[in-house]
Parts: sequence; structure tokens; C-alpha cells
Amino acid sequence: MNIVDTGAPGMTAETEVQSRSEALESATAAAGGNEPTARRTVGDVTVPNPVMSCRQVNVRYGDKHAIRNVSLDIAHNEVIAMIGPSGCGKSTFLRCLNRLNDTIPSAVVTGTITLDGQDVYEKRQDVVQLRARVGMVFQKPNPFPKSVYENVAYGPRIHGLAADRTELDEIVQTSLQRAGLWEEVKDRIEDAGTSLSGGQQQRLCIARTIAVGPEVILMDEPCSALDPIATARIEDLIDELKQNYAICIVTHSMQQAARVSQRTAYFHLGDLIEVGPTDLIFTNPRHRLTEDYITGRFG
Amino acid sequence: MNKPQAAGMPPSQQRIRERVERGLARRYRAERRFRAYGLMAALSGLLFVAFLFLSIISTGYTAFVQTYVRIDVRFDPELIDPEGNRSEEALRMGDYGGVLKQAIREQFPGVEGRRELRQLYNLVSEIAAFDLRDRVLDDPALVGQTREFWLIASDDIDQLVKGKIDRALAEEQRVVSDLQLGWLDALTRDDRVERRFNRVFFTAGDSREPEQAGVLGAIVGSFLTLLVTLLLSFPIGVAAAVYLEEFAPGNRFTDLIEVNINNLAAVPSIVFGLLGLAVFIQFFGVPRSAPLVGGLVLTLMTLPTIIIASRAAIKAVPPSIREAALGMGASQVQVVAHHVLPLAMPGMLTGAIIGMARALGESAPLLMIGMVAFIADIPASLTDPATVLPVQVFLWADSPERAFLERTSGAIIVLLAFLLVMNAAAVVLRHRFERRW
Repeated sequence: MNIVDTGAPGMTAETEVQSRSEALESATAAAGGNEPTARRTVGDVTVPNPVMSCRQVNVRYGDKHAIRNVSLDIAHNEVIAMIGPSGCGKSTFLRCLNRLNDTIPSAVVTGTITLDGQDVYEKRQDVVQLRARVGMVFQKPNPFPKSVYENVAYGPRIHGLAADRTELDEIVQTSLQRAGLWEEVKDRIEDAGTSLSGGQQQRLCIARTIAVGPEVILMDEPCSALDPIATARIEDLIDELKQNYAICIVTHSMQQAARVSQRTAYFHLGDLIEVGPTDLIFTNPRHRLTEDYITGRFG
Repeated sequence: MNKPQAAGMPPSQQRIRERVERGLARRYRAERRFRAYGLMAALSGLLFVAFLFLSIISTGYTAFVQTYVRIDVRFDPELIDPEGNRSEEALRMGDYGGVLKQAIREQFPGVEGRRELRQLYNLVSEIAAFDLRDRVLDDPALVGQTREFWLIASDDIDQLVKGKIDRALAEEQRVVSDLQLGWLDALTRDDRVERRFNRVFFTAGDSREPEQAGVLGAIVGSFLTLLVTLLLSFPIGVAAAVYLEEFAPGNRFTDLIEVNINNLAAVPSIVFGLLGLAVFIQFFGVPRSAPLVGGLVLTLMTLPTIIIASRAAIKAVPPSIREAALGMGASQVQVVAHHVLPLAMPGMLTGAIIGMARALGESAPLLMIGMVAFIADIPASLTDPATVLPVQVFLWADSPERAFLERTSGAIIVLLAFLLVMNAAAVVLRHRFERRW
């Protein structure tokens, strides 16, 4: 099925490309009109029974339009990778999902994002509760300058998840075990979290995130500060974690996206260009921009 | 190819190379000159500091010693307790001045005439009489006995012993007469003159008599004043900084507050004194000359410093920590209380200590609120009249007695010692609690 671009000037090249590609029906097409410069997304953004669902999400930082009309579903127990050149809005999109953009005064988010059917930007939605359900792991390992134990115990403590010390000890231990860090740190649980190696710190941050039992884990380039061995460990971990969590990972490494994810979303200058099963995106991209990016022509 | 010979180079390259080489020497000279200027600037700064310290310490160190003379004292019951009931009340009321004078007279028998006797009595400070009384009160059995005591010398004799009065001057040009010189020499020959640690300087309040004057009153006054300042300015300053950094919306109103705080830091301190006089004393009726009002005024003065330092410390907390906590679902208050404040605390404390050090050295605003009064008592509460160290320095520097000169410097040394300790504490805090993340 062919579509014609919404008709913004200067987009003939894309129009030509997109004429080769398949449009999606669903909600995206229905609300495409209010952002004239937005490009249509190629591929199916929807999944059955999604854990999170974003429709027509726009983010502006003052005059800068960082994300345009992005619609994307996140499925249970899957890893979805977001790739794209720097400044394309992947991280911004990620930070919409747990409303971390709220901390930037100039950021304005429109559109709807739902978690289990409930709008997360609704007034009634408590940000604290949302962030407990949608955890986040950052680019640079950022353990608190406290002990390993305190790092993991912090979330359960502020959310009151443990009734007593034994219960807390248990949460800390299982979280560290799930993050694959327990064997390495069980004898130095009272050491400073910052004294661990970079890869261990990042796994500590993952343990800290899963300690509050989230449904979705957002990972913003979690391996970009790590060496290949530590990266491999994190990737294995991500693979295990997807049994229990939905994981959104932003990455600059296409190999990483190919290794860990089941679906891939390609962002370009604030637009979600293409979404699809990872193996298809990497073997048979339908949009020219996607193809250019994954073949290394730019980015 | 990788090592081209000079001869084989094309002429244009050769010219460039020659020019660079010609310029090199000049460049190095300029660099050396620049470094020398910097060194000179640093050295001249050091020189001034060294000069300051040298000058103050060389005039001031003698304030820490005091001349004592050894005299046989007969505790004449007739003078101390003529009625003979030996009650504490009676002993307290005894004529110890008379005992003292008698003791000096007996040391130099044969001195006659009112003028000569007055000069003779002048060898020993009047404060020595109180010393004798205290000894009798401690041990009433002394009455009737004769004992040898080291008595505190008068300020003029003290200055003479310390070499601050020139013996070679004509008699009418010096405060010590020829007769006194003779007596002192006689005492010295008998080994009856000694310089000892000046306990009075550290245990007494202000006095018109230099040998009785001490800095304790000013130290306690400074301490109480700074206590008020710290208790008020630190919490208020930190709270203001946290609000401005973490919670304040970025609108014109907060911009206005920010500009005003920065301006407040540049307001001359005496203006704060006037403000304190008008607001705290006139309007709120806080007692004047008291550490309470002094502390309030210094709080006004210190607040901008603490706010600015605290904001810088909060800003220095890496955003990654904040994001980590927010991402865990911590509320804004939890982020601040659990993460930002502990990490910013060393910087805040450093700022507070530096602000306190400034407040400790401040005198101008305190002059406006009456802390410049002559106060001999050591303040016991926040509302007692008091003075502070820098004002004490100011008061003594104004006094005509020669012995106050060294005491002025002595008080400055004490003040500088406190400042050094506070600054050292700031450095230690910064190093001890400095965390890497």
C-alpha cells in the first residue's frame, strides 16, 4: 500500500522513498495532521496487549521540537531497541515514559502515553508511583555514593516495600542475584557502590532498579561507558531480565540492538521512521533512512 | 622522506623554518618574563603577609608575659580583721591595699614623703591587693603570718622590664622616675623580678588598667555572637539555597531574589549595623550591646555568603545522582534530603565557616549597635552587654597607656589564631568529606 507524505515542502526525497513503503493504518494515521513536518512511521507500531502504549507523542523544549508524533507500543516480556543518530530524540522519548522530562522546566509533552491502559500524564497519576513501575538505567553508571546494600535498599525503603530488616535483606539479595552481581559483591556489601568496576556499577544500577519490582525498565545506552566484556555481561543480563520485564533500550550500537532486542525502532531527527522485528529491520529495512543508517552511510 | 635535510627543502619551507627559529628565542623570553611577573606578584603578596605577621607578633608577643615582683607580705591582723572574729565577711572587707602598701614599704625602708611613697606603691599593681585577699580567703590561717609572694607589677614597670621604655631618656620624658628605676634595679639584684606567663590576659575582661585587662570577655562575647549568627544564618541560608536551586520556579520573581542576594553580599557591613540599630533595637527592642543583637546583625551580613556558597555546592552535585534518585521514584524532597544535601554538605559547611570567619573579624556593624561600650564583666548570657574581639582591638588601640599597645597586638594575635583555626577547619572539612562520584 502506498502513501503520500502529508505534504510538507522540501520532503520530496522522502516522499519518493515512502512511496515504496508500507503505511500503517491504526491510530497513527488517524491523527497525523496536526504536525505538518512529521514523517509517517513505517511498520506496525502496535502490539497486542501492550504494557505501555504511546500515541502522537510530541516533545518540545522551548522552540525546539524534539519529538514529533511518535506512536509506539511496548510489549510484555520483550526488548525493544531504539536506534538512531545522536540528537534524534531516542533518549527524550525514553524519558517521556517515566516522566523524567518533568524535571526539565522547558519540556512540554503532548500526546498520550498509557501504562496498562492508564494515562501516565494524567493529573491523577502519581509520578512517584509511575517511576516505581517504570524503572530507569542511565548511560553512565550512577550508583549513589553509599554502600552497595544501601544502593539497592534505597528504592524499597522509600516506597516502603519491606516490613523489616530481614525482608529488606532478602529484597537486596534477590535483586543483586537477578542482576548477576550477588556472587561478586556478597562479601563487600557494605563497600561503597562507587568502588565497584564500571560494569559492576551498571549491574548495581540495574539491581537497584529491579529492587522496586518495576514492569518496564528503560535503559538509556547502558553499555556506552563499558568495555566489551562488561557489555556482554549486561547484554546477557538483559536477555534474562526480559522473562520478567519489558525493556526499552536506547543504543548507539547496532550490533547490540541486533543482539538483544526483538523489535527495533529507528528514530531520525525527532521522527520515528521505522519499527519492526529486529531481524527484519537489519536485514530488510523498508525506509531509505533506516537503510542508510544501518549500512553505516551516516550516523 | 621522513627526515628531510634542511638543504633539500624547498626555499619557502626553509624560510618558514628560519622565521620560526628566529621567533623562538623571543617567545621563550616572553614566557619567562610572564612567569617572573606571576612569581613576583605571588611573592609580594607573601611579603606583605609576612610583614603583617612579623609586625604584629613582634609587638604582641610580650602581651603574653607579665612582670612579677617577689615581696614579703605580712598579713597584719590589725589591717585585715581588726575585730578578730575571722569570719569570711570580715576577711573579705579587710584593708588589703594597706597590707600591700605596708609590704612594699617594708621592702624599701626609709622612703619618706607622699610623692616618693606614691611612686613606691606604683611599683606593684593595685590588682595585687585582690590577689592577696583571695589568698587569705582561701587560707584564713595566713592572717598574722609573713609570706613571700610574687605580685603583679604595674604596667609601667612591666614595660620598663620588657625594654619598651628607654632608660636613657631624661626623667621628665619617661613615665618611670629615677627613684623607681633605682628600686627596680635593687629588686632585680635581689632576684626579685621575674617575667611569667600572663594569665590575666586570658582570664580577665576589659579594664582601664593594662595589667588587669584581658581578652576573655571579648572571646566569650565573640563566641556568643557567633553562636547566634551560626544558629540563624546556617539553617536559613541552606533552606534559601535549597529552595532557590531545587524548588523555585524560574520566573522574574526568583530572578529578582537572586539579584538581590548577590547585591546583599556587596553591601558595606556598617549599613547592616544601621539596619540592626533601626530594626532590632529601635523597633523590636532587643537589648543593645548584647550578643543577641550582634548575632542578628552578623546573620544579615553572613546570609548572602552562605546562600551563595550553598547554591554553588548544590549545583556541584552531579545531575546523574539526582536523576538516579528521581528514576527510582524518589520525590523531590527525598532527592534533596537523601542525596543532594549530604553531598552538598561539605561545600555548605565550608561556606558557613568562611562566612563565620568574616563575621568574627567584623567590627563596623557592631559599633553601630553599641558593642563598643567599655564592659569589664564577662558576658554570661545572650542579653548581657558584651564586646567582641575586633572591637576590643579597636578599643585598646585607642587607649593612651603604653602597655595597651602590646595588648592590642596580643588581641590581634588571638583573633588571627581563631581565624586560622576556622579556616583550617574549612579546609579539613572539604578534604575529609570530599567524595568522588
